[in-house]
Amino acid sequence: MLKKIIFQFLALSLIFTYSAQSAESGGMPQLNPEFWVSQIFWLVLTFGLLFIILSKFILPKISNNLETRKSQILENIETADKQREETEKKVKEFDKIINDTKVEAKNFFNSERQKVLDDINNKRLSLEKDIEKEIIKAEEEIDQLKKTSQEKVTKIAIETSSDLVKQLIGEDINKSSLSAIVEDLSKKEMEKHNGI
Amino acid sequence: MAANPMYQFNVYRIGPEIKINNIDISFTNASLFMVISSLAILIIFNLGTKRSIIPNKIQLLAELSYSFISKMISDTAGSKAKPYFSFIFSLFMFVLFCNMFGMIPYSFTVTSHIIVTFVLAAFIFIGVTIIGFIKHGLGYLKLFVPSGVPMVLLPLIVVIEIISYLSRPISLSVRLFANMMAGHTMMKVFGGFVVSLGIVGGWLPLGFSVALTGLEILVAFLQAYVFAILTCIYLNDALNLHH
Repeated sequence: MLKKIIFQFLALSLIFTYSAQSAESGGMPQLNPEFWVSQIFWLVLTFGLLFIILSKFILPKISNNLETRKSQILENIETADKQREETEKKVKEFDKIINDTKVEAKNFFNSERQKVLDDINNKRLSLEKDIEKEIIKAEEEIDQLKKTSQEKVTKIAIETSSDLVKQLIGEDINKSSLSAIVEDLSKKEMEKHNGI
Repeated sequence: MAANPMYQFNVYRIGPEIKINNIDISFTNASLFMVISSLAILIIFNLGTKRSIIPNKIQLLAELSYSFISKMISDTAGSKAKPYFSFIFSLFMFVLFCNMFGMIPYSFTVTSHIIVTFVLAAFIFIGVTIIGFIKHGLGYLKLFVPSGVPMVLLPLIVVIEIISYLSRPISLSVRLFANMMAGHTMMKVFGGFVVSLGIVGGWLPLGFSVALTGLEILVAFLQAYVFAILTCIYLNDALNLHH
């Protein structure tokens, strides 16, 4: 049913359009020479003006723009290359400086360390020498003291023993013999003390 | 009345009748669209001449068209065709804009009139022939005598070459005119079907109409390109005579 309606509608409309067209068709308006001269005139005028304005004013500007852009781009690339080279150079220089300073710092550190070590050594050596000297001095003093103290002790022993003898016996005894005895005794005692 | 698909090609007077020496040069709808196309080209390309290193959109458009046509000319006609660049550029843009303005509904397509395309083609033909004779003198006639052809066939070949040369303006003008007319007529016919079949059956021709619009825009560009590139090829024959 719906198909039939659509078909009828289609057929009717086709007939309608066909009749409408055939009623008005007067061929191609393009072949009607009424306005040919006018069209030629306006074509020559508009296209001529368009051509003149484009070729005299607009296209040179565009080509100029393109040229300047091209040259500018080339120039920029050139300067960029130059600057890159310079940067590379600078980077190399920078690396070199850094390396140099590192080496220098190392050297400086080493030399200073050496210096300090030397200094310490020197000081220790001199200190040791001083200490040795002091020790020798002290030993000498001790020896001296030992000697002098022994003599004094024997002297005191002789005097005390002579006094003792005098008080006990009431007479003076020959000091030299006394001292010989005392020395002998004290030697024996000393030997006993100092250990056998 | 509007159902007639040829109605869109009617030329009618706009404003008063202008007559010089009894010749009617009145301003018509065709003239109007020629003026509109030319003005549009001038405005767009004038906006495209701004001097900036980084182009804006219109400038980019102008510069891309410039390099596009410049490349087309140097590819087909060589470096000798450089002086004719502005002419071919104007020609391409004029045809392109006329075709494109014709795609706007209820507008008028200037290039769908044989007289317009024929005047352009005839001008190109005459200009190319004059250039050929200026560059090569009578040697330009060697164009009709291809080298390496057997003597027996030569008369036939020369006749064929002359006919093909003389038919250049006709083929050039009819190609553009017929393409534009056929496309617009077809669109009008399908548009008429949409109206007459109404809401029930109109969808199919409507779809066709939409597809045809896309095709016609392509054709509008393509025909302008073909017109320009054929001009370049004819120019190449005149400038670099090697047969």
